[in-house]
Amino acid sequence: MSERQVNDLVVTLVTVTNLLVAFFISGLVVWALGEDPWFALETMLYGAFGYDEGLGYTLYYTTNFIFTGLAFAIGFHCGLFNIGAEGQAYIGGLAVGLICLWLEDWSLLIVFPLAVLASIIFGGIWGAIPGYLKARHGSHEVVTTIMFNFIASVIMVYLLSHILRPPQEMSPESRDFAEKVWVPQMHEIFDWFGLEITQTPLNGTFFFALICLYLVWRFVWHTRWGYELRTVGTNESAAVYAGINVSKNIIIAMIICGGLSGFVGINEIMGSSHRIMLNFQAGIGFTGIAVSLIGRNHPLGVLLAALLFGILYQGGAELSFEVQTIDRHMVVLIQGLVILFAGALENLFRPQIEQFVKLVVLRTT
Amino acid sequence: MPNLAIQLTDINKNFGSVCANKNVSLTVESGTIHGIVGENGAGKSTLMCVLYGFYHADSGSIAVQEKPIVIRSAHDAIQAGIGMVHQHFMLVDTFTVLENVVLGTESGISLKESLRASAEELKRLEQEYHLEVDINATINTLPVGLQQRVEILKALYRGAEILILDEPTGVLTPQEADHLFRILDELREQGKTVILITHKLREIMAITDYVSVMRQGEMVANRKTSETNREELAELMVGRKVLLRVDKAPAKPGRTVLSVEHLDFKDKSGVNRVKDVSFEVHAGEIVGIAGVSGNGQSELLDTITGINPLQSGKIKINDQTITSDSSVDAAAMRRFGMAHVPEDRQRMGLVTSFAASENIILGYHKDPSYNGLIEMNNDAIYKSCSEQMEHFDVRPGNPYLRVSLFSGGNQQKMVVAREMERNPELLVVGQPTRGVDIGAIEFIHRQIIAMRDADKAVLLVSVELDEIMSLSDRILVMFDGQIMGEVMAKDANESEIGLLMAGVHTEAA
Repeated sequence: MSERQVNDLVVTLVTVTNLLVAFFISGLVVWALGEDPWFALETMLYGAFGYDEGLGYTLYYTTNFIFTGLAFAIGFHCGLFNIGAEGQAYIGGLAVGLICLWLEDWSLLIVFPLAVLASIIFGGIWGAIPGYLKARHGSHEVVTTIMFNFIASVIMVYLLSHILRPPQEMSPESRDFAEKVWVPQMHEIFDWFGLEITQTPLNGTFFFALICLYLVWRFVWHTRWGYELRTVGTNESAAVYAGINVSKNIIIAMIICGGLSGFVGINEIMGSSHRIMLNFQAGIGFTGIAVSLIGRNHPLGVLLAALLFGILYQGGAELSFEVQTIDRHMVVLIQGLVILFAGALENLFRPQIEQFVKLVVLRTT
Repeated sequence: MPNLAIQLTDINKNFGSVCANKNVSLTVESGTIHGIVGENGAGKSTLMCVLYGFYHADSGSIAVQEKPIVIRSAHDAIQAGIGMVHQHFMLVDTFTVLENVVLGTESGISLKESLRASAEELKRLEQEYHLEVDINATINTLPVGLQQRVEILKALYRGAEILILDEPTGVLTPQEADHLFRILDELREQGKTVILITHKLREIMAITDYVSVMRQGEMVANRKTSETNREELAELMVGRKVLLRVDKAPAKPGRTVLSVEHLDFKDKSGVNRVKDVSFEVHAGEIVGIAGVSGNGQSELLDTITGINPLQSGKIKINDQTITSDSSVDAAAMRRFGMAHVPEDRQRMGLVTSFAASENIILGYHKDPSYNGLIEMNNDAIYKSCSEQMEHFDVRPGNPYLRVSLFSGGNQQKMVVAREMERNPELLVVGQPTRGVDIGAIEFIHRQIIAMRDADKAVLLVSVELDEIMSLSDRILVMFDGQIMGEVMAKDANESEIGLLMAGVHTEAA
């Protein structure tokens, strides 16, 4: 086995071990509550996969986490710790909603690309400003992106309660978009092929998310722009030596982060709620950080981690519904443990696993 | 029979399938300075880590002061009277000398009390070994040479009878190195034992009593220093004959390729690092810039190569004129025909966590031959990388391998390959052989001379005076940001250049 394969194996085993430990401890908590951990696990998995409605919800959540996970990963490769996906998704989603309200007589074939573009521009600008402040003035992106999350939140509250709310309505929401510009839902798509599945919020945006995964992978590892981005993120002095414009790359990375985050709006607003709502992005941006870190900032890892969090969201909801002593806080606990072990304590078992892999590799070769 | 400070017998240490130490035995007499030489990766550091308890040997035995012991940690080693001065200092920058020395050995409840007692002991040590340092100075205000002295004091304070120094002169100026050698002499006089790990043969010849040579994890020779010479040691290290002198034909300088006029550079804190520097480099010659490290060479180099913006003055390269108004970066300089081998390959010249193939395109990644319309052309990059690795004898020749897994010499060869294969009009080289083994030094030197003979201009900056004197055709000496003088290499002698390096004008001397 080559050095790289050994390394990949170690990384995979470390991640799997960490997840197992997180689930084991969650199981202990369930057991301490007087419930059967195996039953809880079974319920969760059944809730997430067992029937088509559950699976639909799981993949619907997964779609969101793919976008924000990728958004964090791109920043991370450029040496940035972007925790502003939340605000970028909010503002990007606003743009998606505005396009839908504005062009509701148009065909979806035109509106969808325009919505993508608008999301990139709005979310991108929301990411670019902290990027610019970092590149030109050294303001730390963790601080500025948090601030921008708050600013986004305030702007949205104002817009939704004062400008976008139809006059006779009480709740701070925009009016519904015309049905023409809705992203087709999965049961509709299946229907085209004569297949029947239960209606869930899962919609065509899921396929768009998969395309984004592929594009990000090609961009980061197979283009000169991705190369520049990674060089800036890994060794800034070497980037300057190579004549790479560090500021430009930081700003570009933040624009891509913002654009990807904004796509949450396509899934949530254009694909599911069909109107702009308050806090439609709640928590998705922050979960994206965990998704990316657990997925090792690689698109394939992001996909798997996004799926994991989709399962936790949907299966957890099922669990709290089925088992009375377990409320939704239990789900938050499990998510917390996953983040703790797979994210914060990721190297806890690494030395032992490395040694184990080396022993096995030596044995077999 | 003299007293033996250290006996290592049949030490074996494997890392996975790599054998770092193979049946290594070493005997060190008390009260001597014992040198261990070998190329990078020969196993010197591993052996010392075994002795100091960082690694546990797979097999073999250790005896200290003729008593067999087991060393499981650095703590055991310190208990046995072994102290180590690492290549990279283990000091807390913002603490004082005293605090650093005491760190980890504090006793009692009151730190103040503990420090007072230690201060006296420390002053006694300083006097005994002539290791004067202001014990209340903060570490980051001290020059490197003094920081190293603090490391030595730290070891002595912990009762070390045997001192291991790992590449101690790597970070020192020649003067500081000389001073260190006087300290080591003093330690030997007082009956301490010193083990000196280095790859610089001059140091071995200058200071040691005995020398052991390692090659590829094995101990290949033990010599009395007075009974050997540099040529023999070099041959033992590399395993074949090496040319320490560089043979070259006289230079035939042609047109001016680089001209620098009245260049000034102020750093971020406003200190004038480069002062009114002017010189020219012609095609077909090597111009060397000599000087003690930290006298403005790095800043000059970074400005010429476009890493620092030009603040004032003028640079002409080929037909391009650059002033402080023109915004040029390193990429622009490359377009103008310059190639740059930076002083610090790991900090600047390479991205060590990237694969070799990704490093071979650093700075040239926008080159059309490496790119398609959108994606990079991986086949072309791979092919180019394999070719360069073959031409420059980089081992292992695997373009997919991470650069951090190559030895220092092979890393440097990769940088040199990347910059030379482009056939630039002007090659700017900083410290071409820093931390590079003898075999690679010889190779890189030959390549630089081949560049010159192909009628290219070469600007060489090095703190190794030997290197400057043997490679250059013309030598400029820098001191305190200024060019102190210019010497033709064929008329140069070391003492004249040494005076210029110390800031003494030859007319005045």
